[in-house]
Amino acid sequence: MRTANARTIVIWTLVALVGASGWTVLALSRGEEVSAAWMVAAALGTYAIAYRFYAKFIAYKVLKVDKTRATPAERLDNGIDFHPTDRRVLLGHHFAAIAGAGPLVGPVLAAQMGYLPGTIWIIVGVIFAGAVQDMVVLFFSTRRDGRSLGQMAREEIGPFGGAAALLAAFAIMIILLGVLALVVVNALAASPWGTFSIAMTIPIALLMGFYLRVLRPGRVAEVSLIGVALLLLALVAGRWVAESSWADTFTLAPSTLVIWLVAYGFIASILPVWMLLAPRDYLSTFMKIGTIVLLALGVVMALPTLKMDAVTDFASRGDGPVFAGSLFPFVFITIACGALSGFHSLISSGTTPKMIQKETQVRMIGYGSMLMESSVAVMALVAASIIDPGLYFAMNAPSGVIGTTVENASQVVGSWGYQISPADLAAAAESVEESTLLSRTGGAPTLAVGVSQIFSEVTGSGLKAFWYHFAIMFEALFILTALDAGTRVGRFMLQDTLGNIYRPFKNVSWKPGLVITSAIVCGLWGYFLWVGVHEPLGGINQLFPIFGISNQLLAAVALAVCTTLLVKSGRLKWAWITGIPLAWDATVTLTASWQKVFSSDPKVGFFKQRQVFQDAIDRGEILPPAKTMDDMHTVVTNSTVDGVLSAVLALLIVVVIVDATRVCVRHIRRPALSTLSEAPYVESKIVAPAGLFPTREEKEEERHAALGTAAPRD
Amino acid sequence: MRPSALLRRVISGVHWYVRELTDESAYDRYVAHIRKDRPGAEVPSRREFERMRTDQQEKDPRQGFRCC
Repeated sequence: MRTANARTIVIWTLVALVGASGWTVLALSRGEEVSAAWMVAAALGTYAIAYRFYAKFIAYKVLKVDKTRATPAERLDNGIDFHPTDRRVLLGHHFAAIAGAGPLVGPVLAAQMGYLPGTIWIIVGVIFAGAVQDMVVLFFSTRRDGRSLGQMAREEIGPFGGAAALLAAFAIMIILLGVLALVVVNALAASPWGTFSIAMTIPIALLMGFYLRVLRPGRVAEVSLIGVALLLLALVAGRWVAESSWADTFTLAPSTLVIWLVAYGFIASILPVWMLLAPRDYLSTFMKIGTIVLLALGVVMALPTLKMDAVTDFASRGDGPVFAGSLFPFVFITIACGALSGFHSLISSGTTPKMIQKETQVRMIGYGSMLMESSVAVMALVAASIIDPGLYFAMNAPSGVIGTTVENASQVVGSWGYQISPADLAAAAESVEESTLLSRTGGAPTLAVGVSQIFSEVTGSGLKAFWYHFAIMFEALFILTALDAGTRVGRFMLQDTLGNIYRPFKNVSWKPGLVITSAIVCGLWGYFLWVGVHEPLGGINQLFPIFGISNQLLAAVALAVCTTLLVKSGRLKWAWITGIPLAWDATVTLTASWQKVFSSDPKVGFFKQRQVFQDAIDRGEILPPAKTMDDMHTVVTNSTVDGVLSAVLALLIVVVIVDATRVCVRHIRRPALSTLSEAPYVESKIVAPAGLFPTREEKEEERHAALGTAAPRD
Repeated sequence: MRPSALLRRVISGVHWYVRELTDESAYDRYVAHIRKDRPGAEVPSRREFERMRTDQQEKDPRQGFRCC
């Protein structure tokens, strides 16, 4: 039995007090303005305690990570994709891979219910569900030579559950791409500055690709510096373009942007990786890490006050303009990434396990990276909550609700209890040099306004418009990278499946197959993008819940696989570690799916919505916000598609969970029938610390290893 | 430690980290790997190696996939 020394006890008591004071202030203050510092304190204090105690408990007591067991990186080292990577480098790789637009967009939308529900779910969700999922998937995949989630589902649950998981992953990928593209369209529409600077990223990436392929192969750091410099130049030049006679060329309507984006996605995905994808990825990774660091510094230096209510009336009434539905279950759906993200399980299985040096590092890489992602989500929530709530709602409500003039918007937003004058709305748009900020839904513009406010508090307000477009560019940049990379992954899944019907498809370099499958994938997400842009009820309003549901459903698949593995590997008494998050996640998401399909409130239930609009069509009436009969038919078609999709996704996941339960029950009854495909034990020869900072014993071990003598075993 | 030595350590640390994070060091690592197992084997040039790496990503796009 280990006894804690006095210093440790004092330090952890202080950390607990910091976290507790943050929570107390957030929970008790009503009506007065609260500093964002308290949110930061609550988050960091809670993360530290969860990492120190809960993550350690899971790693050593539940998973029983074994530092003497060689990881796939050590056993199968080929110097390319399998190689033991320094834990600090791998932390960077893994974080860059999991962090994207998701944790920035979701919390912004969820701010419609006030900052408190979002803060609680981001922090509690990550420590008990999201980070646990990432770590446990990483651990099990590491024990299976870096198998992907789909492969693990097939091997450990069965072909039926495996196929359902694969189909769900494909559907989810398509919806994700459609919704992310919609965020870009809403951010760039009618904004020549943004459109120009984003368009310039294509020639910049092509130039970088040429440099890396032909001029100086492999010199990534220098070419990235050149790229970032050119990117900043493009950003500055965007302002000149917006003020020049070229402005009209780059002022694009949403429907034009849709065509450009789908064409871009298709062409980019059939070009060789080195030309566009790889260089763009370097660029977006640099920008991502840089901006997140800047944002963290900005929040800590400016310590802005939160203007949004702690809990708004929309939380209980469920008739919010940003997305419909009440707090339960829709806050948990909307803040998908940042608290629990199913997509991370695709990174935690596959790529990262092939590079991890030591099993003991799953806590730092899996749990630690997810805590970092969660803190990004907290910052996004801060950015959305410090802007004037009136402006927030004017930016995030669909134009069908608030109209297209500042006068109208001011009046409608005022009727919800948030006062903002038409002049203030116009001034806000002018300060970031946009023609309008009304109904700039999708989260990115709101985040950009918040970020520009934080940054300009540090740098002076002269740079406000620059920071706004900087933030837009930064988000659009990695969404475009995601479109390209995601189309390729979707295509890969499709090639694999179609290969079972017509052999040549299996050969991924078969050109006709490549073009056909790319076109199908782009066509599918392009369809959702098109629908989102032309949706009279507001694309984000209709589609974001489906995206959130699908991401959370993928998390349910990952958690079901984890729970099955815990049971099958003789850890039944610890199955609640992922079992409880699974039960919660399944409850939330299936409730949301249920409401989306069966709710009798036409704002929430897709089929009710369809019925209301269909009845009106039959009577020859036009219901607002539709303006024409065509709009009415669009609503009917879209709600049918959305409703069917929600139902199918939910069914797929129920299949996976039921199949997983069957396997677990069978294992408990007749353990002899189960097979566990774990890679056999091989002794590790690598000595490496488990955490970021080596402990005294680990330093000692490393010293012994360097001298060529075995460290004394404990 | 003297300030100049500390500064040098910080700079070389950052340089190492950036090279590792961007995978600029991938070629050196691969060469070292080949040399260790098969001392006499032929080593591809950096150009060939980098091509091989992007070709692999082409074949399986799940490598290096980015999340939402």
